Amino acid sequence: MADPIARRRPPRYTRYVEWVIEGLIRVCGLSAIVFILAIFVFIGKEGIGFLGTHIVGMLSSTDWNPTSTPPAFGLIALLVGTFWCVGLSLLISVPVGLASAVYLSEFAGDSRREGLKIVVELLAAIPSVVWGFIGVMILNPLLQKAGAPVGLNGLNGAIVLALMTLPLLVSLGEDALRAVPESYRQAAIAMGATKWEMVWRVLLPAARRGLLVAVLLGVGRCVGETMAVLMVTGHAARIPHSIYDPVRTLTATIAAELGEAVRGGEHYQALFALGILLFFVTFVVNLIADAAVRARKTQ
Amino acid sequence: MVAEPHVQIEGLTLSYGPRAVVKNVTLSAPRNGILGIVGPAGSGKSSMLTCLNRTIELTPGASYTGTVRLDGQDVRSLEASDLRRRVAMVLPLPVGLPMSVYDNVAFAPRLAGVRRKTELDEIVERCITQAALWDEVKDRLDMLGTRLSGGQQQRLTLARALSTDPEVLCLDEFSIAIDPVTTMRIEAVLTELKERMTIVLVTNLLMQARRIADVTAFMLNGELIEAGPTGDLFVFARDKRTNDYLAGKFG
Repeated sequence: MADPIARRRPPRYTRYVEWVIEGLIRVCGLSAIVFILAIFVFIGKEGIGFLGTHIVGMLSSTDWNPTSTPPAFGLIALLVGTFWCVGLSLLISVPVGLASAVYLSEFAGDSRREGLKIVVELLAAIPSVVWGFIGVMILNPLLQKAGAPVGLNGLNGAIVLALMTLPLLVSLGEDALRAVPESYRQAAIAMGATKWEMVWRVLLPAARRGLLVAVLLGVGRCVGETMAVLMVTGHAARIPHSIYDPVRTLTATIAAELGEAVRGGEHYQALFALGILLFFVTFVVNLIADAAVRARKTQ
Repeated sequence: MVAEPHVQIEGLTLSYGPRAVVKNVTLSAPRNGILGIVGPAGSGKSSMLTCLNRTIELTPGASYTGTVRLDGQDVRSLEASDLRRRVAMVLPLPVGLPMSVYDNVAFAPRLAGVRRKTELDEIVERCITQAALWDEVKDRLDMLGTRLSGGQQQRLTLARALSTDPEVLCLDEFSIAIDPVTTMRIEAVLTELKERMTIVLVTNLLMQARRIADVTAFMLNGELIEAGPTGDLFVFARDKRTNDYLAGKFG
């Protein structure tokens, strides 16, 4: 009789296969770190010198005019423009996105949920330049009718950004809600809670970290978005005083000006300095999201 | 015990899709008594229990015919959330809601509109004490309920179930995840509680039914085989299947 399975040894080559696969996986994992470092070095090399010598001037002025003589590199207006758009868009996208997530996860029937999720995912697949079209062709005249002096303004950018981040918020939010154990729902309902009371008092608190992660990733997306905001915000580097004022963001500035900046010149370096700043902002947002995920796991 | 039935189940048939899991059961729970329901796994005990507070309606594909009456009133004529405050449920595995011990117990009273802190404090202390848990948690009421041990969590769910001052307390195999000592403590609590409410106890432990149930019902494959005063049923069951089950010949 043959040996029992437990006493047999696997063929020798399986050990080498194991070794090769392990090596490949390790290379793939490390390459992600290498790419990030490479990007960091590339952007840093071009911009860090400029950032070092001009940082005070950049952070103390709202005047961004790199082609005048002498050039002005104040980026406060750009920074404010970025956060203005992001903040306004979150005011729209967070309530709508979370409400949709709650609807999908708790109130929609199975077939309707599947249908709507496909639509939401389609929404995520629309290229940002197409969102720019929508902003220019549809929101622009609408906002003018609503009383804005110019239709291409901060509000337009915020609406477009909100539409772009909604799919992310909805699908991540829905995941977070569905990850809440079914038993919590049953327990709350069995205690005489109505469905809405259950959602408000049990589900949302239980899922709050996951929802926070969804919002933070949405913020990251907003901060980094370029093409659509470049097309619809009016591109004026001024501190906005009303939601109808045009603004300009960090990303749009880089995209619009890099092509005409002299390679290696001051303007060119200034744009890379903006890149470093942008990198830093998204990095911080991601760190916070990451910390939230960790806290959620150890909870 | 002779008293008018508090909960009356009449001709209840319950199906998940085409599969009937409870077949034409008629059974009543005596007021201020403990009705024990025993039977092997899959006999429809738990499913039947979910009809009492209509949580069955949350299960997709489930449907039932027949009537459940609470004090003579069809439970389907009541508002579901009102019914669920009157008929409390303790599930097999303890579910601490993801909030503090205090908030777990104050959850239902708050939903019912109790706002005054002193009143909530009083309810929380009374219910946790009734559930034989007060001494263990009185110093950490603000701790997350889910951090308690399994046995403590089960008593917390019992305290939570008591927080609405229910008329009927349903327990679905409450001792499945807890140790024998805690089980005995809860059993002692239940025999005290029946002074004030009617208890329906689904259990896998025959001895548990024998210890505390006033009336015991035996279910098999969705059918009610027989029901009667616990002493009688355990000593001389009329049906052979009941006898065999109670004697440990199967199940």
